[in-house]
Amino acid sequence: MITLKVNGAERGFDGPPEMPLLWYLRDVLKLTGTKFSCGQGLCGACTVHINGVAARSCITPLKAAAGKEITTIEGLPGSGEHPLQKAWREANVPQCGYCQPGQIMQAASLLRKTPKPTGSQIDAAMRGNLCRCGTYQRIRTAIQMAAKVMA
Amino acid sequence: MTRQDRIGAVSRRGFLEEIFTAGALIIGVTPGALLASGEASQSAWHPSVYLGLEKDGTVILVAHRSEMGTGIRSVLPVIAADEMEADWSRVKIEQAIGDEKYGSQNTDGSCSIRDFAEAMHTAGASARMVLERAAAKRWGVAAGQCKASNHFVHGPGGRKAGYGELAGDAAKLPLPKPSEVKRKAPSAYRYIGKDMPTVDVGGHVTGKAIFGYDATMPGMVYAAIERPPVMGAELESVDDSEARRVAGVSRTVKLEGLTQPYLFQALGGVAVIAGNTWAAFEGRKKLKATWKAGPHAAYDSDRYKAELLDTARKPQKVVRKAGDVDAVFAKGGKVVEASYYVPLLAHAAMEPPAAVASFENGKVVAHAPTQNPQAVQEAVSAALGIRKTDVICHVTLLGGGFGRKSKPDYVVEAARLSKAVGKPVKVVWNREDDLRFDYYHAVAGMYMKAAVGDGGQPSAWLQRSVFPSIGNMFAKDSRYGADFEMGMGWIDNPFSIANFRAENGPAECHVRIGWMRSVAHIYHAFATHSFVDELAASAGTDRVDYYLKLIGPGRVIDQDLIRQGAVHKADPRFPIDTARLRRVLEVCASRSNWANKKPGGGKGYGIVAHRSFFSYIAAMVEVEVDAAGKVKIPRVTYVIDPGRVINPDRVKAQFEGAAVFGTSVAMLGEVTAKAGVIQQKNFDTYPVARIDEAPHVVDVHILPSTAPPAGVGEPGVPPVAPAICNAIFAATGKRVRELPVRKTRLV
Repeated sequence: MITLKVNGAERGFDGPPEMPLLWYLRDVLKLTGTKFSCGQGLCGACTVHINGVAARSCITPLKAAAGKEITTIEGLPGSGEHPLQKAWREANVPQCGYCQPGQIMQAASLLRKTPKPTGSQIDAAMRGNLCRCGTYQRIRTAIQMAAKVMA
Repeated sequence: MTRQDRIGAVSRRGFLEEIFTAGALIIGVTPGALLASGEASQSAWHPSVYLGLEKDGTVILVAHRSEMGTGIRSVLPVIAADEMEADWSRVKIEQAIGDEKYGSQNTDGSCSIRDFAEAMHTAGASARMVLERAAAKRWGVAAGQCKASNHFVHGPGGRKAGYGELAGDAAKLPLPKPSEVKRKAPSAYRYIGKDMPTVDVGGHVTGKAIFGYDATMPGMVYAAIERPPVMGAELESVDDSEARRVAGVSRTVKLEGLTQPYLFQALGGVAVIAGNTWAAFEGRKKLKATWKAGPHAAYDSDRYKAELLDTARKPQKVVRKAGDVDAVFAKGGKVVEASYYVPLLAHAAMEPPAAVASFENGKVVAHAPTQNPQAVQEAVSAALGIRKTDVICHVTLLGGGFGRKSKPDYVVEAARLSKAVGKPVKVVWNREDDLRFDYYHAVAGMYMKAAVGDGGQPSAWLQRSVFPSIGNMFAKDSRYGADFEMGMGWIDNPFSIANFRAENGPAECHVRIGWMRSVAHIYHAFATHSFVDELAASAGTDRVDYYLKLIGPGRVIDQDLIRQGAVHKADPRFPIDTARLRRVLEVCASRSNWANKKPGGGKGYGIVAHRSFFSYIAAMVEVEVDAAGKVKIPRVTYVIDPGRVINPDRVKAQFEGAAVFGTSVAMLGEVTAKAGVIQQKNFDTYPVARIDEAPHVVDVHILPSTAPPAGVGEPGVPPVAPAICNAIFAATGKRVRELPVRKTRLV
């Protein structure tokens, strides 16, 4: 039995320990805000926080998440009113929206470590998160807006 | 989940009863005609637009277009709400299922606003007028004394009634006749022309939005499919013993392959059925399948490229002709010629294809991220031998579409598998499936030749394109470009050249080919506008001056003259107006400070003007090429004339995105094949632009226009690749004629 904390709640799982965290979140816990896109840690759509740091859930086997605190987009502090989520709405960032939970989780991890990121720090932190609709310019704007509010 | 609970209750006749309660005011409109009121479920009508007003004051607008990121689900209803004088916060959007009652629901071709804005205006204005009439009747005053404003009707003596309390009365009144419908003055718009947020943005940022990959049905199982590695190859043998030992895997199912024409059939293969997505993927890895060679086992993309370019250098079928190019070429004199190449490309939407379907009692219910739910009905009914009306297709949000999700092969897979296993089945594609089994954007070879006359302008222009046609999906061996492909940036060339000939050559089709954002404009615009730059460079002339001379004076081009036979039906609302093309170019030049942009120090600038989907677009691209040959794109400046605009913010967003999409096309994308097998499997081998590779700033300037609304989803893409390559030429002197740029050493 693997135990872990997901969005503050203790969870136990007795399935295969090799199952990536992504599929446990999506198929078992029905937390579908975390997205599947590449399955190899190449696009960032599946980004969650493991002990507060952004990680790709599609290449994280459950056994590596054992005993850790997992935060998904559904558990981001603020119940939808996190400064990043507000900024994302304010800047009308999403187009199709599919990659955006991963983008926001990545950005939240960045701001925790670097509260006032420069443009190139944002690019460096966000380059692992693909957006095929091409919302990058607004993502950069929204991160800067949120950074201002949170500072 | 309420989404699931609704499935069973939906019936074909009752599709509106599901959305509206009894006694609601319901107005249905088809483009061009106001149909009727009150009894919108009568089979005699086929309205595309439905507007309802509930007795509690809620306005319900049915979105019959698919939401893949353009914001269309939110933008179209705004028109009706504004005309109706509705309070936007009281408006609810209901997503339509697939039903031919709506007319075409195919969300492609940048046509949603173009085709349905008028009907939305009519529906909203009719609702407002009938509410005013209902209030007038209640108060015993003339309708002219009542005025609707922000969800209330106001009458003489300070009388006031909310929309909800008037709904029942209004539903009993006849609707205004089409000739009576009076629209609001544009100066009175509350929402049209404003930057309204979409209804979906909340779900997008909280993770609550439900995409196709998130859709569920009670009791469903998951399926991952091993498909034929070569197009059309038949299964020889399969050993599934190890696959079935994977925890969570219940069984495997063989799916028969497809037949010509391919249409939207499933590719066939072997499906692994499991209790969760991961088990299905793992089980599939353990399948041991062998395949017969198949008809396309010799397909090699390098050899194919050489053949395309070779074909393009020889005389081919003439698709448009003016004057006599051969006579001019025969005179001798200066000639410029060049070949261009755009490889096979994949859509690579962030959400790979997925769908859940349930087959029960001869009927299918599906939830799918589809651009075209009626195509789902057609394809599923054909595959299962059931009636089209017995296929209920619910449309989820799409995690990107770009044309891929107008082809519902993945929904057919889910429906066939559900029939085979007797349970709802969710088909899940991984990224490798998405890249290897796409309906690819066509690979194309182009040859251009011009005789250069006075002032460096072409006295004769010859252009040839060769590519596998999308027509192959609908008719076997369609070796030449289809009429609609010829009409995309090829025979609709707007240049003022006395001697002009466009040709198209034949090409074999070895993979599935489909529409991708801006379609044939991608390769036609790349060749056309790269060649314009080559001619201007050869003449040593400023690019903007050269372009303006080439476009010639402002005029409306007679599209009948350029049509050879039945090519591309001209839409009288949307002439080819060179004055509008000139204007976007001129404004783009001034807005981007073109006259003072001198290349040097690794910097270069490229400018392109192109008309597509009836919109006029100019794009100026700045590039920086460093000492290692790495390209950065600090800025793209668009100046666009897409006609009337409903939501400027969403229009700008489409162009911001198109600049990034176009950058991926120009710099990165290439699908290749060896022995018929597609080589790209993920974003490492099929890269798309990342945040630091995309244009850093995309500035979009919309020219005010009273022209009918034209397309905005696609027209931003075609100018990008040629403008980038022209800028690279300016920066480095290196002419890139083959995409993607990353394969050319720039320094």
